[in-house]
Amino acid sequence: MSVIAFLETENGSFKKNASEVASYAHAVAQKMGGTAVGIAFNATNAPEMGTYGIEKIVNVSDNGLESFNAQGYAHVIAEAVKKEESSIVVVGSSADAKYLAPLLAAKLQAGYAPNVVAVPDDVSDFTVKRTAFSNKGFAFTKISTQTKVVGVSSNAFGAHENQVDCQEEAFSPSIDTMGVSSVEIDKVTGKVSIADADIVVSGGRGLKGPENWGMVEELAEVLGAATACSKPVSDMGWRPHSEHVGQTGKPVASNLYIAIGISGAIQHLAGVSASKTKVVINNDPEAPFFKAADYGIVGDAFEVVPKLIEKLREFKAQNS
Amino acid sequence: MKILVCISNVPDTTSKINFTEGDTQFDTNGVQFVINPNDEFGLTRAMWFKEKQGASVHVATVGDASTEPTIRKALAIGADEAIRINAQPTDGYFVAQQLADVVKNGGYDLIIAGRESIDYNGGMVPGMMAEMLDMNFVNNCISLDIEGSNASAVREIDGGKEKVSTALPLVIGGQKGLVQESDLRIPNMRGIMMARKKQLNIVEPIEAIAATSTVKFEKPAPKGSVKLVDSAEELVQLLHNEAKAI
Ligand SMILES: Cc1cc2nc3c(=O)[nH]c(=O)nc-3n(C[C@H](O)[C@H](O)[C@H](O)COP(=O)(O)OP(=O)(O)OC[C@H]3O[C@@H](n4cnc5c(N)ncnc54)[C@H](O)[C@@H]3O)c2cc1C
Ligand SMILES: Nc1ncnc2c1ncn2[C@@H]1O[C@H](COP(=O)(O)O)[C@@H](O)[C@H]1O
Repeated sequence: MSVIAFLETENGSFKKNASEVASYAHAVAQKMGGTAVGIAFNATNAPEMGTYGIEKIVNVSDNGLESFNAQGYAHVIAEAVKKEESSIVVVGSSADAKYLAPLLAAKLQAGYAPNVVAVPDDVSDFTVKRTAFSNKGFAFTKISTQTKVVGVSSNAFGAHENQVDCQEEAFSPSIDTMGVSSVEIDKVTGKVSIADADIVVSGGRGLKGPENWGMVEELAEVLGAATACSKPVSDMGWRPHSEHVGQTGKPVASNLYIAIGISGAIQHLAGVSASKTKVVINNDPEAPFFKAADYGIVGDAFEVVPKLIEKLREFKAQNS
Repeated sequence: MKILVCISNVPDTTSKINFTEGDTQFDTNGVQFVINPNDEFGLTRAMWFKEKQGASVHVATVGDASTEPTIRKALAIGADEAIRINAQPTDGYFVAQQLADVVKNGGYDLIIAGRESIDYNGGMVPGMMAEMLDMNFVNNCISLDIEGSNASAVREIDGGKEKVSTALPLVIGGQKGLVQESDLRIPNMRGIMMARKKQLNIVEPIEAIAATSTVKFEKPAPKGSVKLVDSAEELVQLLHNEAKAI
């Protein structure tokens, strides 16, 4: 019996969420008395996932899947599931993972639970805890099909080291149809994406205008963070739509979320409350966001943020 | 072109989320139900295809009679016909099977669904449907154009976007970006009057299984109160020593 983990790569290297997906698969495999197997596409250093308890990696290369294709990937993963006789498939919460998971689940006639934050207490019953209602609640969802697909949330179960020897095996099943072809990928280079970021710095309407985003970018740069914004900020065109976070924008589940000049409307909070530590900088002590924050500074962003940048620079200089 | 827009009936974004019956049911008391925002973007795009390219637009929902006001709203916005599959939407797998059956019988070319329902955040119905129907699928779709049977779409990816080309029959998981926020329509009196005359077909569900079931709900633990700090220096120290976030 094995648990198979879809471990995402970018340019051959494992993405940050791969270690969390691997750790989750390992934890479930332990509970079932089975092994954790990984499946990766074009990984250049596949065995390094042994750090997180993966005993074998099925590494797919050479079959026209140099870049992501949901149908192609789902087909290959389904083949690997059959080959490895896996009953549980674990995937992450990236845009790609969420794209292929339902295709894969339907192919395997498997139930799928997304946004899962913990391993099931009892693997024979397989009830998982997951976020629902845009983080306003949790649902305990039982997957009752024989094969199960679990999508794990970022920054929830976490990465846990469990060093084992990891074998690599090449795998290249043929693919008949890909359905959708990539024409062009437009990615901001040299900047961490909201999905992959450990820290997200976000600005709201309190920043008055797009010309004031210099300090937000600078703060993000000091922290190695991604930049984000509230909905009205993207609606007014101050920032690109891709930075809009919240219930109708991108979800954020970072380690640290810093909100500057954002009031904390329910739709905004719903999308960002999965972040571990939340910091709010707002000049209105009554701003609702303070109720949902861990740390707050009541003050004018135009004074607080430059100071924060200065203090962080000093801190980084001392601690590096 | 025949378009089916799949509409999920969800609590308004401002709803307070509570549970009843020993935390096994979502408490609908005082909750206003609306068209799932992701589906509203999709429906609005469908209206564009109707007006500019002569497409016919049907909407479908899997739900009991209580979902009818939401469907009527979709008709008032401009959909031509509506279908309600008379069943509780127990899980995504079950819903996908019901909708796939409607698609098969209705001969649709384009299925517009949303990236996810904002209630259970499943994000699975469109993908499952595409697989069951052997149709092409684009998720997180933020732009869609159709010419003949060719489709050109943009999907949001982590850190950017990807332009893709594909063909009908096609399922999309749409979201904000598919149309401008300002294109969203509030039904007017005429639309509401016309909607009353449009067909709302009620069909019984096909036999299908649910693959998952929610056995219990839980509210997030109440948040401890915020620690207000006076200086940036203190904040940096707390983030380092206490939160271990930097
Ligand atoms: C269906 C629906 C979906 C929605 N989805 C989302 C979503 O996904 N994401 C989202 O963000 N919103 C969403 N919204 C919008 C949401 O309701 C709020 O309108 C929005 O989040 C407010 O953005 P804001 O906090 O930037 O602006 P405001 O509410 O205007 O807040 C600005 C804040 O800045 C503070 N401020 C002003 N000047 C300063 C200063 N000098 N220094 C420090 N602070 C200052 C003010 O005190 C205020 O608290 C949605 C709304 C609807 C109806
Ligand atoms: N009960 C339903 N009836 C019709 N369409 C639905 C239903 N549930 C989900 N959908 C469609 O599937 C999309 C994704 O929903 P979900 O998989 O539930 O997150 C929604 O945006 C709808 O387009």
